[in-house]
Amino acid sequence: MSTAGIEIGLERETPAGLETEEMTLNMGPQHPSTHGVLRFVVKADGEVMRRAIPDIGYLHRSIEKISEKVGYHGFMPYTDRVDYVSAMQCNQGWAMACEKLASIEVPRRGEYCRVIACELGRIASHLISVGTTGMDIGAFTPFTHALRERERINNLLEELCGARLTFNYMRIGGCAWDIPPGFVKRASEFVEQFEPLIDEYNELISFNKIYVERLANVAIVPAEMAIAWNLVGPNLRGSGVKYDVRKDVPYSVYPELEFDVPVGTGERGTLGDSYDRYMVRMNEMKESCRILRQALGGIPEGPVIAKVPRTFKPPPGEVYVRVEASRGDMGWFVVSDGTAFPARTHIRTGSFSAMAIIEELSKGLMIADLVAVIASLDIVAPEVDR
Amino acid sequence: MQQLADSLLQTGFLQGVPTEAGYALVIAFFAFVLLNFIMLIAGVTSWLERRVWARIQSRVGPNRVGPQGVIQWLADGIKNIMKEDIVPAEADRPLFKAAPYLAMMGFFATFAVIPFGDGLVVADLNVGVLYITAVTALVVVGILMAGWASNNKWALLGGIRSAAQIISYEIPAGIAVITVVLFTGSLSMQTIIRAQGWAPWDWFLFANPFLCIASFIFFVSALAEGNRTPFDLPEAESELVAGAFTEYSGLRNLLFFLVEWGNLYVIGALYTTMFLGGWQIPPITEQPVIQGVLQFATFFAKSYFLVFVAMWIRGTLPRVRVDQLMTLCWKYLVPITFANLIGAMIWFVLFPNGLAIMRFAMFALGVAVTIYFFSRILFHLRRARPRLRLNPIS
Repeated sequence: MSTAGIEIGLERETPAGLETEEMTLNMGPQHPSTHGVLRFVVKADGEVMRRAIPDIGYLHRSIEKISEKVGYHGFMPYTDRVDYVSAMQCNQGWAMACEKLASIEVPRRGEYCRVIACELGRIASHLISVGTTGMDIGAFTPFTHALRERERINNLLEELCGARLTFNYMRIGGCAWDIPPGFVKRASEFVEQFEPLIDEYNELISFNKIYVERLANVAIVPAEMAIAWNLVGPNLRGSGVKYDVRKDVPYSVYPELEFDVPVGTGERGTLGDSYDRYMVRMNEMKESCRILRQALGGIPEGPVIAKVPRTFKPPPGEVYVRVEASRGDMGWFVVSDGTAFPARTHIRTGSFSAMAIIEELSKGLMIADLVAVIASLDIVAPEVDR
Repeated sequence: MQQLADSLLQTGFLQGVPTEAGYALVIAFFAFVLLNFIMLIAGVTSWLERRVWARIQSRVGPNRVGPQGVIQWLADGIKNIMKEDIVPAEADRPLFKAAPYLAMMGFFATFAVIPFGDGLVVADLNVGVLYITAVTALVVVGILMAGWASNNKWALLGGIRSAAQIISYEIPAGIAVITVVLFTGSLSMQTIIRAQGWAPWDWFLFANPFLCIASFIFFVSALAEGNRTPFDLPEAESELVAGAFTEYSGLRNLLFFLVEWGNLYVIGALYTTMFLGGWQIPPITEQPVIQGVLQFATFFAKSYFLVFVAMWIRGTLPRVRVDQLMTLCWKYLVPITFANLIGAMIWFVLFPNGLAIMRFAMFALGVAVTIYFFSRILFHLRRARPRLRLNPIS
């Protein structure tokens, strides 16, 4: 039997005397809870899934190929589209790769601006993630409340770079614009007001009995499995592995800033279940607030961008840089051949590996759990396909 | 209603018409009036739900059509009527077309016995409660039919879920109803109301602990039967697209939603009848018209309060999973209701005329719980107010 080019052969154990037929369900790409255009071919036995096979490629935009045609500076706006939910970190990844290629030193104020923008972006992205987790489980209120706070972040970032979603804020060698007057005050105000709200979200939804029941002990990923399946970011930390690029492969000014890496503790179920992944995101927002407070307080004077020639021609060579994006370790592999265009770019994203593990996790879950698993792995379709 | 028909016939209003045809005419007329009344209720409930839900979610909600958007439902209805009526090519056409009307019928028939006032009831059947339990089961047939006829696997899953859920939850709901019937000795809705008084401590909710437990179980089961959050699995948007109604569009889809919102009111009305004293009002006037209006208003206010509670729950709770839904029903609710029923029987043997002190104690407890609840809300509101500005632009 062939479904959209995927050959599926499934062995099935039949209980004695009871014969049921397997059902092939097509979930997506226009299903309401597939976060963009994901598609799953679900082999289900009634409500119980035997297997959910991810089918990717519906949002492929050849971003990597485009980089070979538009040059180093020109590619920056495209990086926004790699993961439009947290575009700042993608900006930073590309900028850092180019800076490493050409050995450019970013001014300290520029680095601070980047950190502030990235952490605001991380909070915004995690807010969407926890909000949609609630929505996929049927609670709509947390989603709107999360988006209400995200709106304030969007306003702040709009002040910073004029855009609310695809920022195009960073440049090779620094940032496009300095922080506007009064921004530090407004951003600090936001941080002070937002941090207690995290506890309120916890009271509203995280500790809700039904919510915990839906997430705890669902789709358990033990630490070894998480590493074997190459999970990154909050998904990996949810399994109890303390790995954060900001700490372990330090970049930018993160070594100067004090913050913890929250990991899953299995507080309501088993270590590495969906609830742990969810709570890691909740706790990470608190840590981002901590980072923001320090970065906003300690922002130095000076230029925000280094002198970079208009025709950017890095020496031949190849680099691989990592940034801790909202969905984890984002790798940028860039090969330069000495011309104004990269010879090859490859982007390694967190959602891609998270997408792969779903097939393994889905065995034996209910159909309703599939959406919870997608949400708890925080899969964003554009990041899967690029 | 029969008296009304008789009096109309006697006064010669229907001169020259055979008696049976006269009855039929009167019945048809009242059915038409009731149908419109139900449409109004369902429509206003839909508007109310959207507004309440929006406020809970810090949104605005529909506020454009009419004052505060109160006739938004009319605009939506007109829009839906004018939409193309799509029947999927592979669908089972007759079943697909019949399903919404069947669901509608099941819900419409319940209104026949809902007592809006002392004399304001279409038919005070002596098996009223049983009748409601029976006819609401027709809704399941409609939804299951819709799920099957759509020839869509998501719809089928929704239909099966609905059938499993509603049939399961009929049991705790039915036994909770029996607990009430035990104390009234009658299945008639009017008798149940007359067994209670206008004062809160005369309500069955506070009569004794067993009835109080039964009331909560009934409400939870009724939410499940009405496909309301946290039990809205048959049309779980994030899981099954739109469940059994996935393939429906236009008027047919609207009818299903009408059933859903109308059912919400039926839940409130049933609960009001059985536990909140129905239309009972304090004896302040002898004027029958004013009395009728007051009774109607009381009944309406009480049932809409419960509708509001259901909306509140919808805005607060996530959805349970299928297995959890069944676990809740069969492992918890059914044993608890049975134990509760036995407890109620013992209570009835011990105190056949009720225990006044218990009534007041239960009422005081209820008041205390309510005060504590609202003090918690006030506490959270005060805590949140400095941070939550209405204007998100800081």
